[in-house]
Amino acid sequence: MLKNDPLENILYIDLTRRTFKIEKRPDLFEKYLGGTGVATQLLHEECPEGCDPLGPENPIIFAVGILTSLFPLASKTVALFKSPLTGNLGESHCGGRSAVSIRMAGYGAIVIKGASSMPVYLSIENGRVRFRDASTLWGMGNFSSGRIIRENEAGAGLRTIMRIGKGGEKLIAYSCVTTETFRHFGRLGLGAVFGSKKLKAVVVSGKSSLPVSDKKEYRKLYDEVYKTAVDSPVMKKYHDLGTAENIVPLSRFGGLPTRNLTAATFEHAAKMSGETFAKKYLGRRLACSHCPVGCIHIAALREPYEDVSYFYKTSMISYDYEPIYALGTMLGISRPADFLRLMDRVEESWGMDAMSLGVILAWATEAFERGLITTKETRGVRLKWGNVKGYIKAGGYIIDQPNDFYRALARGVECAASLYGGMEFALAFGGNEMPGYHTGPGAHLGYLIGARHSHLDNAGYSFDQKVLVEKKMKPEETIDALLAEERWRQILSSLVICFFARGIYTPELVTRLLSIGGIDLSTGDLDRIGRTIHAEKYRFKIREGFALDTVRLPERIFETPAPVSGLDKAYLTEALAYAHKTIRKELDAAP
Amino acid sequence: MRLTVLETEKCVGCQSCMFACSRRVGEAGLARSCIGVRSIGGMERGFSVIVCRACADPPCAKVCPTGALVPREGRGGVRVLPDTCIGCGHCREACIIGAVYWDDETNKPMICLHCGYCVDFCPYGVLGMQKREAENVEE
Repeated sequence: MLKNDPLENILYIDLTRRTFKIEKRPDLFEKYLGGTGVATQLLHEECPEGCDPLGPENPIIFAVGILTSLFPLASKTVALFKSPLTGNLGESHCGGRSAVSIRMAGYGAIVIKGASSMPVYLSIENGRVRFRDASTLWGMGNFSSGRIIRENEAGAGLRTIMRIGKGGEKLIAYSCVTTETFRHFGRLGLGAVFGSKKLKAVVVSGKSSLPVSDKKEYRKLYDEVYKTAVDSPVMKKYHDLGTAENIVPLSRFGGLPTRNLTAATFEHAAKMSGETFAKKYLGRRLACSHCPVGCIHIAALREPYEDVSYFYKTSMISYDYEPIYALGTMLGISRPADFLRLMDRVEESWGMDAMSLGVILAWATEAFERGLITTKETRGVRLKWGNVKGYIKAGGYIIDQPNDFYRALARGVECAASLYGGMEFALAFGGNEMPGYHTGPGAHLGYLIGARHSHLDNAGYSFDQKVLVEKKMKPEETIDALLAEERWRQILSSLVICFFARGIYTPELVTRLLSIGGIDLSTGDLDRIGRTIHAEKYRFKIREGFALDTVRLPERIFETPAPVSGLDKAYLTEALAYAHKTIRKELDAAP
Repeated sequence: MRLTVLETEKCVGCQSCMFACSRRVGEAGLARSCIGVRSIGGMERGFSVIVCRACADPPCAKVCPTGALVPREGRGGVRVLPDTCIGCGHCREACIIGAVYWDDETNKPMICLHCGYCVDFCPYGVLGMQKREAENVEE
């Protein structure tokens, strides 16, 4: 790492004592690059074994990487914490302005510990931290709290405003943290960890200069990366229709989870397609800081007020493949406007993970259909596929938690199913609700073995569609391929490179870019570091009680045919036993 | 030629132009950027791109007590003479669009030179170079 690179600065904030300190940790960044690698080490250092995820001792760790602000698309912030949803490793990534703002404020990582006795928000700029009273903001949604903080703080255009909605305040186990209105640390409940600390928001801003090893070479390499990012066909889909482009092909393929995965094709896919959203609703395109791609698609929904004529409300609502799956097809919603109405509540007011909420409501709908729950539990809400009014009402009750049933829904689908039955169709893996791919064994094994039980850990859904669809592979071969992908992704997320750019950032290119930041590593070194980080994550998972040989397989995934064959219990069990053994070996070999 | 903001509604807020402006002098980061992109009260409303408009009779130069901002003959905009500048900041106040940026290290203004380097890094055609004559005809 180059001298004077502020990446080595870690900002430690104690909410209980209202103090902060900055420590230099070049050792961590030289060994683990940044992002998920450094954050995992900090989690081991800061998170006591067996701690309460909603207790003051659970740390919130944000980390960025050496390429952030040097090259385009290294634009994610990695958050690590102990998850209130799974009681295990919590990891969530977010773009917006977050990564660039943290880097430009002069930090490589921020660690927040303790808990405030009253609502606060943190303002981080110019090498200091201010603890600001957030009592007035408590109870406000994402839009309003963002607007007020925007008007009260400096650094317009150079800042990130991370905040929670009501979901985080109410400690909903899958509540999210929102930045820049439309981007989220969505998964695994970072919002509740914020809420448990009475932390409403964190504002970070800065505008600094970073050292490079060779100015001329820097400009040359930058031009190369930038040109590829703008021209490359691998970025085109994110650029044009966005991820929503996947709805129709995935439904046609037969891998789009529909109505709580009682089906894997959606007869109304065309109505909920990326094409339809673009044609009828696309109102604005946005980008994260330092990413020319602009994959963020915002719909404009114009609706009349019911009680007074000639008054309209135009809401700007983000959409992507995953929310359309979770709050659309999983709930049998076939009208884009209905999906947008629900999404607007989720994003603006509740601040919850769209994926978890959709899967939970889908489970509840099926449980209601089967009579496991009645209007007595739902407080009169008739949960029915496609009935968006019912879903909006139920979501509101999850926030208000008026009875045991909604309190259970607020803790995740497995908690609800353990109390009311229907575990066989409770779609969660390692405690985390299912992402939107029922493509074959690769997807489900990917969720099961992934360190955060996300489709993004190792892209099993992609392995299904590219490899397993062509030829059968032994369980061990599938696991080896998924683990290899996951190890490489540790490098990408330690450099906080957006996974959408994985086609551009090859190992060879990464080594060249790193040398600009004064880090000389070979592709072999990267492989070794990726392995170590992956092992370190699993060390944490096992410490906190996760075991691959006992992980639950929801029956439903075997009942609904997937397009890629081989999705049966025997195959998965064998694969998991092998994964268990392999990861054990990896841990024993780790330094 | 002067740098012009052609169509702000097409701006996605990627800030590639800002990074380009610092890179122009070989630096990474944003400290040397003379162009700024910020949301108009929240990203849902879009962005404003703030950069020197190359005023024909620049207010920043008019208020400079030491003559450190020299209007560029016939081209609009100004040249900064760092040795003459005393860092009083009057120019920053005089620019009502906020296009006089500040170098905190030297305590002196940074103002767009209209070199056009950033134009090549705007993927959506928000920025462009325009001849002054053409602009006069429009006005």
